[in-house]
Amino acid sequence: MKILTGNDLKTGAVIWWTGVGWSLNVNDSTDVGEHGAAIIAREEGAQNVFAAYVVDGVKTDEGVRPSHIKERIRALGPTVRPDLTLKPSDPEAVNWVI
Amino acid sequence: MYKYDEYDQQMVDTRVAEFRDQVRRRIAGDLTEDQFKPLRLQNGLYLQLHAYMLRVAVPYGTLNSTQMTLLGDIADKYDRGYGHFTTRQNIQYNWIKLEDTPDILAELATVEMHAIQTSGNCIRNISSDQFAGAAEDEILDPRPYAELLRQWSSFHPEFLVLPRKFKIAVIASETDRAAMRLHDIGIKMVKNDAGEIGAQFYAGGGMGRTPMIAPLIREFVPIHQLITYAEACLRVYNRYGRRDNKYKARIKILVHELGRDEYVRQVEEEFAHLLTQPIEPPLAELERIKAHFVDPAFDAAASDELDLTDPDFRLWVERNTTPHKQPGYIIATVSLKPVGGIPGDATADQIRLMAKLAKDHSFDELRVTHAQNIVFPHVRKSDLYTVWKALDEAGLGTANLDTVGDIIACPGLDYCSLANARSIPVAQKISERFGSARKQAEIGELKLKISGCINACGHHHAGHIGILGVDKKGLENYQLLFGGSEGADTSLARIIGPGFTEDGVVDAIEKATQVYLANKQGEERFLDTYRRIGMEPFKEAIYG
Repeated sequence: MKILTGNDLKTGAVIWWTGVGWSLNVNDSTDVGEHGAAIIAREEGAQNVFAAYVVDGVKTDEGVRPSHIKERIRALGPTVRPDLTLKPSDPEAVNWVI
Repeated sequence: MYKYDEYDQQMVDTRVAEFRDQVRRRIAGDLTEDQFKPLRLQNGLYLQLHAYMLRVAVPYGTLNSTQMTLLGDIADKYDRGYGHFTTRQNIQYNWIKLEDTPDILAELATVEMHAIQTSGNCIRNISSDQFAGAAEDEILDPRPYAELLRQWSSFHPEFLVLPRKFKIAVIASETDRAAMRLHDIGIKMVKNDAGEIGAQFYAGGGMGRTPMIAPLIREFVPIHQLITYAEACLRVYNRYGRRDNKYKARIKILVHELGRDEYVRQVEEEFAHLLTQPIEPPLAELERIKAHFVDPAFDAAASDELDLTDPDFRLWVERNTTPHKQPGYIIATVSLKPVGGIPGDATADQIRLMAKLAKDHSFDELRVTHAQNIVFPHVRKSDLYTVWKALDEAGLGTANLDTVGDIIACPGLDYCSLANARSIPVAQKISERFGSARKQAEIGELKLKISGCINACGHHHAGHIGILGVDKKGLENYQLLFGGSEGADTSLARIIGPGFTEDGVVDAIEKATQVYLANKQGEERFLDTYRRIGMEPFKEAIYG
C-alpha cells in the first residue's frame, strides 16, 4: 500500500494521512493508491501539512507498517527513548520497528 | 569570557525580531516552505526525523553558568527535558515547536546566545580547544583569536552563501584537542623565533564522504594580518569552489583538485591584493577582546594536594582530569557517556547542576567538547571531591574519558533524517560490553567514534576504531574502520572488510581489543599497536 506522511506546520510532529485528515498514529493511515501527489498538493496548499511524501507500507495484523526502517522509526519515535515514543508505556513497542 | 558589546546585542536582537516576523508569516501562509526553509536554517532550525530540531551555537564551546542554566530551562520549558551536546561544541534540542522558536531565541539573546549560522552554507561555529586558557601546554589562550574570527565571520556579507558549509578550528598547543586538521581551515596559534605571535594555517581538511587531512598552507601569518589571510582563503574558495555538485563543494575538494601549491599560490595572490585594502580590524579590537579572556583570580596559595583515599574518586581523577597551568587547580571533564547511556545527552536537571557547580567551583565557566562532554576548566583541587560527589549523585560521575566507553556518536537514525542506520544503540551496546572499570583500565585509551551515515557527524574517520552505519537493502549494516586519529598525529581510519550486524560489530570490537592486548608492547595505545602491526592480525581474528 501507499501511505502518506508529512509534518505538522506548527509543531513539526510526524503525521499520517487518514483519508479525511491527519493523525499522529501510523495505524490510522490509509492507502492513497495513485492519489498521493494530488493529496499532497491540496493539503500543503491548505497548510495542513508540509514536507509531505508518499511511502510504501503494508497492512499487518498489528496495524499499518511502513516498509523501510527509517519510516518505521519516524512512525514510532526514537528507539533509544521508549518513553518518548507513541507508546511510552510499552517498552516492547520498538520491536516492530527494527 | 567574552561579553557582548552593544553592536553584538543589537545584531542578535534584530535577528530575533526578524525571525519572529518570518515565523508569523510562515504560519499565516504568507511564506511557502520552500521560501521559509532557508530562513529557518539560517536560524539553526532544522526539520529532523520526528520534529523540528534547534541547534544553538556555543562559540568555541565556552559557556558561563547563566547560559548553561538557561539551556537546561529551555530543555524543560520548550523541549522534552533534555538536550544533546554535539561534535561542533553546540547543543541541539530535538522536539522544538516552530511557534515557540522566536521565544526561545529571544530568551537565548538575553544571555548572549543565538542559533545564527548553525546551519547553511556559511562559516559555522568556530571551534577550539576545550582546555583553552587552562591547559599547561598551550602557548597562549586561543579563544580571543577564535572570538575575533567569530565576529569577522558573523553576517559576513561575502561569505553567507558559500559553495558549502565551512568549519574553522583554532588551537594554541602542540596537543591538538580540536581535530584541527580535519577542518576546512585549521589555525594553530604559534610564536616565531622572535617571540612574535602568529597563526599557522591549514586548509582543505574535513570528514564526510571524502575525508582529507588539511595540508599546511602557511607557516606564519603575523597576528596583524590574521583576518586578511583568512579572508583570502575564503575568497579563493568562494570563487572557485564547486557549486555544481554539493558532494564536491567543500574546500577540501578544491584544494585537492587544484593541488595544495596552486591553492596556496592563489591565496597568496589574493592576500597580496587584500593587503592593499584596509580590511584588517585594528589591533586595538583584538586587545579589547583579549581583555575578556584574562585569567580568573586564581589563589596562588591554593594547595596542590588531592586526597585520593576514596577509590572511586581516585579512578575518576586518574581518568577525567587534566593538569592545569595554575598550581592548586585542575581541569575536570564530565563524561556524558554513562554506561549504556546516550552519548552527549544531558537532562535539564543535569545541565542546571553542571551550571551550579561551575558557578561555585570553576570561576563560572564551562566548556563543551567536540567529544560531547562538558569541562570545568578551573577547579580548585581542594574543591574537586565536592564537585565529583555532586556529579556522581546525578549520574555524571562516570570515569571513562578517552576510553572505549567515551564514544562519540551522532544522533543516527533515531533522530536524523539523513542517517542510514542507528548509531546510539551501537554505542550503548559497546559501552555495556566494556562497562567495567577493570576492562576499560586494561584497554586504556581507545577513541571510538560512530556515524550513522557517510556525512560523518560522528567522526568515524578519526576514530582509533570507527564505525559507519550504512543501509544494506533496507537493513542496518555497520562497517568497521581502524587507525584514525584526530590529534597531532592526525590520520584517517581505513575500512577493515565486510560490514556487520549491530551485534556483530560489537563482537568484532571485542576481538580487536583482544588482538591489541595480546600484541601490545609497553605503554602502547590501541592505535600505536595497530600502526605497528598493521591490519592483518585484526582481520584474521575478526573474520577468521
